[in-house]
Amino acid sequence: MSEKKHNVSRRQFLTYTLTGVGGFMAAGVILPMARFAVDPVLKAGAESDMYAVAEVADLTEEPQRFDFSYEQVDAWYQSEVTETAWIYREGDNIVALSPTCTHLGCTVNWDANEDYPDQFFCPCHFGRFEKDGTNIAGTPPTEPLHKYVTEVRDGTVYLGTAEPQI
Amino acid sequence: MLQRVYDWVDDRLDITPMWRDIADHEVPEHVNPAHHFSAFVYCFGGLTFFITVIQILSGMFLTMYYVPDIVNAYESVRYLQGEVAFGVIVRGMHHWGASLVIVMMFLHTLRVFFTGSYKKPRELNWVVGVLIFFVMLGLGFTGYLLPWDMKAYFATVVGLEIAESVPVVGELTKTLLAGDPEIIGAQTLTRFFAIHVFFLPGALLGLLAAHFIMIRKQGISGPL
Ligand code: HEM
Ligand code: FES
Repeated sequence: MSEKKHNVSRRQFLTYTLTGVGGFMAAGVILPMARFAVDPVLKAGAESDMYAVAEVADLTEEPQRFDFSYEQVDAWYQSEVTETAWIYREGDNIVALSPTCTHLGCTVNWDANEDYPDQFFCPCHFGRFEKDGTNIAGTPPTEPLHKYVTEVRDGTVYLGTAEPQI
Repeated sequence: MLQRVYDWVDDRLDITPMWRDIADHEVPEHVNPAHHFSAFVYCFGGLTFFITVIQILSGMFLTMYYVPDIVNAYESVRYLQGEVAFGVIVRGMHHWGASLVIVMMFLHTLRVFFTGSYKKPRELNWVVGVLIFFVMLGLGFTGYLLPWDMKAYFATVVGLEIAESVPVVGELTKTLLAGDPEIIGAQTLTRFFAIHVFFLPGALLGLLAAHFIMIRKQGISGPL
């Protein structure tokens, strides 16, 4: 640095220090608010519980509708919400499908349209699914109905979260 | 890089005169703390504005979580302060800023008073300043109710009783503010919220604009 021309002019020095200090102060104000605003994206998802939904003895080869309720904590608001699963037995296997259409989220029903017996039917844009949840080509949905994680304990079916089949 | 972006825009829109007109002025010697340290008293107006900006920003962010409803208000404030990252900081900025802005405004007013800057031709700007002062008090009063805890509630009970004690129009004023002749409740909270986040900030921005345009037009007052 000694004798060479490393001179910083008064104006440059002031520009650097004032921009630096100003930037630091602005960051100190903005960053907490930004982190505050994006918190929902960064919050760790809650571990989901398993809920008792049906008795194995009640299940048939035909999908049946079972509703189940649980306490949901939505920030400062707690309430009981009800979810639905379409459950059937396939030999020893138990299949529980979510009724949420994979097109845009309307609710599907089993065997609800006379023209399409033994299929899941969505009234919103006429999406259709096979019994195992596979979406039928030529209708709007682009993937099969989601499948609940299932567990059987003492003759009772417990469901976890609905997860994509593919 | 930044310089080239600036040049590109400036080339097309000629923005240099715009910001020069607003920001590029010689600082007179008597208001420059580098010349006379005591000139720091001229900073209080700017500091008031700085804190006002922080109030507006932190207030906007608080409304992302806050609900103006008597069932949920308290819980939402507790949630945003206790569960949301940096919630204590953002609420703290708004909470302490609300007091600090009054302090800064008071110091700024003292400086204007003791430098005699309210005299001709600046009388109107003193008037606008007093209006800003009342708007700030209004913001403090209406904001204080929003957390809907005991302190908030009874502060507002007292404030509204004071309003009611005004001769002739007192009762009317109180009902108008509280939204109900007797109850201080659901309608009071929604009204105070609307006044706090829309009406008064709107009025404040208008008054600040008038304040600054007048300063720009008249320049800073001369040395003592
Ligand atoms: C510029 C002047 C302002 C002042 C002096 C002010 C003052 C206050 C005060 C004293 C409180 C109570 C804080 C507490 O007890 O912790 C408060 C709360 C609140 N203010 Fe403001 N405020 C201002 C601007 C704003 C603006 C512009 C908004 C929104 C756009 C806003 C939104 C809120 C909200 C949502 C609350 C409730 C949350 C809480 O209590 O922490 N404020 N304000
Ligand atoms: S939402 Fe089901 S078909 Fe569109």
